[in-house]
Amino acid sequence: MDKKEMIYLDNAATTRTLPQAVQAMLPWLSDNYGNASSIYRLGEESRKVISQARRQIADSLHGEPSEIYFTSGGTEADNWALIAGAEACAFKGKHIITSKIEHHGVLHTCEYLEKRGFQVTYVGVDGNGIVNLQELEAAIRPDTILISVMFANNEIGTLQPIGEIGKLARERGILFHTDAVQAYGHLPIDVEALSIDLLSASGHKLGGPKGIGFLYVKKGTKLGAFLHGGAQEQGKRAGTENVPAIAGLGAAVAHAFSDMEGQAGKVEGLRDYLIEKIEKEIPYCRLNGHREKRLPNNVNFSFQFIEGESLLIMLDMKGICASSGSACTSGALDPSHVLLAIGLPHEIAHGSLRLTLGVDNTKEEMDRTVQAIKEIVEKLRRMSPLYEDFVKGQGSPKAAS
Amino acid sequence: MYSEKVMDHFTNPRNMGEIENPSGVGTVGNAKCGDIMRIYLDIDENQVIRECRFKTFGCGAAVATSSMATELVKGKTIEEALEVTNQAVMEALGGLPAVKVHCSLLAEEAVHAALWDYAQKNNIEIPGLKKPKNDIHEEGHSI
Repeated sequence: MDKKEMIYLDNAATTRTLPQAVQAMLPWLSDNYGNASSIYRLGEESRKVISQARRQIADSLHGEPSEIYFTSGGTEADNWALIAGAEACAFKGKHIITSKIEHHGVLHTCEYLEKRGFQVTYVGVDGNGIVNLQELEAAIRPDTILISVMFANNEIGTLQPIGEIGKLARERGILFHTDAVQAYGHLPIDVEALSIDLLSASGHKLGGPKGIGFLYVKKGTKLGAFLHGGAQEQGKRAGTENVPAIAGLGAAVAHAFSDMEGQAGKVEGLRDYLIEKIEKEIPYCRLNGHREKRLPNNVNFSFQFIEGESLLIMLDMKGICASSGSACTSGALDPSHVLLAIGLPHEIAHGSLRLTLGVDNTKEEMDRTVQAIKEIVEKLRRMSPLYEDFVKGQGSPKAAS
Repeated sequence: MYSEKVMDHFTNPRNMGEIENPSGVGTVGNAKCGDIMRIYLDIDENQVIRECRFKTFGCGAAVATSSMATELVKGKTIEEALEVTNQAVMEALGGLPAVKVHCSLLAEEAVHAALWDYAQKNNIEIPGLKKPKNDIHEEGHSI
């Protein structure tokens, strides 16, 4: 399709690779092919670009380079943090606490750990998707060894009280991990101030390439190796480094932190404009997630009486890329676990639409998007027996507030 | 993901809408699973389906199978309409992704539910027609 005509509103899925990141990668994909473990100068060049990126990332988090371990992405970092974190502390206890709205990278790893003899408490969230702190504190037991709560939710964008959770964990000597895949590079994160022990991030959510991410591991944290083999990544994550991707990630990080406030402000302005316009122009809709405590780029709505996949296909035909928490978009039986956790009835959760913006989006694109959603929602409602029942007053649709 | 036929029926659904004073109406599925189909039938004195319309809440495949089912039963006798299986609907659409097969079952079930309603209203028995289940989802999803 013609990419110029396309409106890309799925930046939580992935972002357009920044030209700076592409440029930064090119030499390492061609002439500078040296293995960073080699002694000669060709290898030395690769070593240098890796340490440069490592330092940039460390600085961005207020950490140290020795605390940054490159991984293949956010999912690997989540798997490593939870599995190795649980194993390292298993002598103290076997209880883990996480939330009901984590990414599957965390949730499915917790389920795996449950099969390996660990016990996991999944703490609930309020109607806005904010983790219930009291419930979390009450869930802490003498044998609790690990708490994992995401920095910001990938579907509804809600920001979590990471500092408070970090404090609770630190005071009790419990390891604290946060999946910051959606937040890193978009919001300032200070691992020291927030008492974070382990943090996962991914390159392609901030304009870097796919297939690269990192795990921050606070100095002194006992964490076993994830991949066994050579001495790369301090012997903890063996395998020849993905030098081009690391160089690309370094460039993306440099760009993201050069004017974070300005970029976040711009995107936030578009976000609020889009939310306001949808609420004004489309009846029977509901904003999912917290109105203020949300990612600068996240918009998530449920449209009553319609189903999300239909909406996505019709948006795609108009050149608009978005995503949904409908079951039909994933081949699963139930709609998104996040939308169910905030208390939405199934039929409302099926009609959800996530629009995640980027700095390249324009106000004019927001206007076109709202117009498209409006037309499609009207068309799908004309087709919907739920809407028919609602109009005839026979049904009892849940009120969309 | 979808065949051209499915996309065609999804974007230009045939026979979408209601029938006033229908001979029979059937609604199947449930909102919990994300699909609800409603079929309206207008049946003449010779038991021929003169008109068939639908309304559907659901994904692209759910809309397309409803649309195709109405095309397939329109103009047929009740006896012939009963032979329109989910398999026939799927074949007419050029196939469906495996996870969407339950949509075609729902379409077949919706037609049967409307015929059942017609039989109840007219106090007749249609040979081979069983009382439809309101929700075929567990069955449908297990495919």
